[in-house]
Amino acid sequence: MTPFVTWLKRNLVVLAGLLTLAYLLLPNIVVTVFSFNRPAGRFNYEWQEFSTDAWQDPCGVADLCGSLTLSLRIAFWATLGATALGTAIAFALVRYRFRARGAVNSLIFLPMAMPEVVMAASLLTLFLNMGARLGFWTILIAHIMFCLSFVVTAVKARVMSMDPTLEQAAQDLYAGPFQTFLRVTLPIAAPGIAAGALLAFALSFDDFIITNFNAGSTVTFPMFVWGSAQRGTPVQINVIGTAMFAVAVLLVLVSMAAGRRRTRPKA
Amino acid sequence: MTATLTEAPPTAPAAGEPPRRRGRLTPYWLLLPGILWLIVFFALPMIYQASTSVQTGSLEEGYKVTWHVATYWDALSAYWPQFLRSVAYAAAATVLCLLLGYPLAYLIAFRAGRWRNLIMILVIAPFFTSFLIRTLAWKTILADGGPVVGALNTLHVLDVTSWLGWTAGDRVLATPLAVVCGLTYNFLPFMILPLYTSLERIDGRLHEAAGDLYATPFTTFRKVTFPLSTPGVVSGTLLTFIPATGDYVNADLLGSTDTRMVGNVIQTQFLRVLDYPTAAALSFILMAAILVMVTLYIRKSGTEDLV
Repeated sequence: MTPFVTWLKRNLVVLAGLLTLAYLLLPNIVVTVFSFNRPAGRFNYEWQEFSTDAWQDPCGVADLCGSLTLSLRIAFWATLGATALGTAIAFALVRYRFRARGAVNSLIFLPMAMPEVVMAASLLTLFLNMGARLGFWTILIAHIMFCLSFVVTAVKARVMSMDPTLEQAAQDLYAGPFQTFLRVTLPIAAPGIAAGALLAFALSFDDFIITNFNAGSTVTFPMFVWGSAQRGTPVQINVIGTAMFAVAVLLVLVSMAAGRRRTRPKA
Repeated sequence: MTATLTEAPPTAPAAGEPPRRRGRLTPYWLLLPGILWLIVFFALPMIYQASTSVQTGSLEEGYKVTWHVATYWDALSAYWPQFLRSVAYAAAATVLCLLLGYPLAYLIAFRAGRWRNLIMILVIAPFFTSFLIRTLAWKTILADGGPVVGALNTLHVLDVTSWLGWTAGDRVLATPLAVVCGLTYNFLPFMILPLYTSLERIDGRLHEAAGDLYATPFTTFRKVTFPLSTPGVVSGTLLTFIPATGDYVNADLLGSTDTRMVGNVIQTQFLRVLDYPTAAALSFILMAAILVMVTLYIRKSGTEDLV
């Protein structure tokens, strides 16, 4: 066998993996490149010429930035609600023995195993039957509902792997139940809670299907993008997509660098 | 608090022990708000939906429960092609996700070395750009006469896929292939992450042991690595298949009227046609079908710990 064939055989899985990574990143590259486009018609699908117009005026399209702030506001409150409710459930599930545990577990699992369109449609029948006015509040209710299970799963995993002797040690040192929870339990559980909250924020901010059913005439950012896919896609949505991607990568890199600096003196 | 932390046996407490009234109720107080939320906004709507599906009436005169079960039959006979299409597209996307995702998960778990974190970030980062924007980017990538379609044409791939009915002539957009491609793309991370989690848990020494026992790399994979990654494969396929079956975004943005899935029908019936009984019946059938398929699949794969 030639050395090249041997090398290929050994690294085939690496090449296949990198191809998949390219498949995953290709749309992001397209989104970024087309944020510098000056489209000829209403739709931004074909490359025409380089321009930074959209970057200089990201809010230049009617309703775009309004929908973005609305999405951020909903995501913020949905994260807060789902994290509070979900963390409490996770602690109850791991730390306590109670009746109907099986039922509670299925109630947590089912929303994650249900296609979004089914949840969206059934929630809409509830709101229609109650005569609720669709808008900010119905969206928020729906988002807390479907984010809840994900927070429970994330926090549960962390609390389960916690060393119970740490809390016992705190109590041996005369810490009251409240003090133990605040000074020992919560800080250890914090990464799980943070992961759950981050997930909830991302899920809520990017949700389309459930929002589409329960928003009425209120327009969140994903709803704006959906609408523009029918009417004409402004370059500005690419600008916002690119900016979000860049900010996310930057934040992760910064937090990783910070984490590395914190661990270095110990090593 | 100490007493409740070390889980007390459910039997009656030993004689002389004071009843722990506060500790007994604590779990219920913790559960109450969240569980109530799920009961009112998740479970109750399912019941409302079931009731809506057997109602008759009109928007103007209002709907009444008449146990008109024929709605289910009518909905199924009118929309069975969309149901079949949903299952077929979702199944194809799931298989593609597994084939594409496994090498990448394997790469991150065993071969990435110091690049591991970076690749992991690159897998997750696209999530932060709205998936609708990214799905629209596929319109550009698969555009008629674009480089991708051109290359597929030169390689005569499109002749084969057109013959199979996956594409139409020189076009990829607005065909089943485009929809499946979009579904695969959108749900790929949901396959990669659980696969990675279960691969990462595998003890590297097992690979060495297999090698020491004269297993070829392929045999090692077939007999050691893949069986140990089954929990990841099962939860990855479920996390891909379930949302893909109910999806209507890809079929709408990348497909045509010939690629409508059941999600598209439910959406149109609910939000445009306003035929609530039919929409509710369709949604109920979809839920039942998925629950049956998922239960059978979990039984067959024999894994209990999914999440």
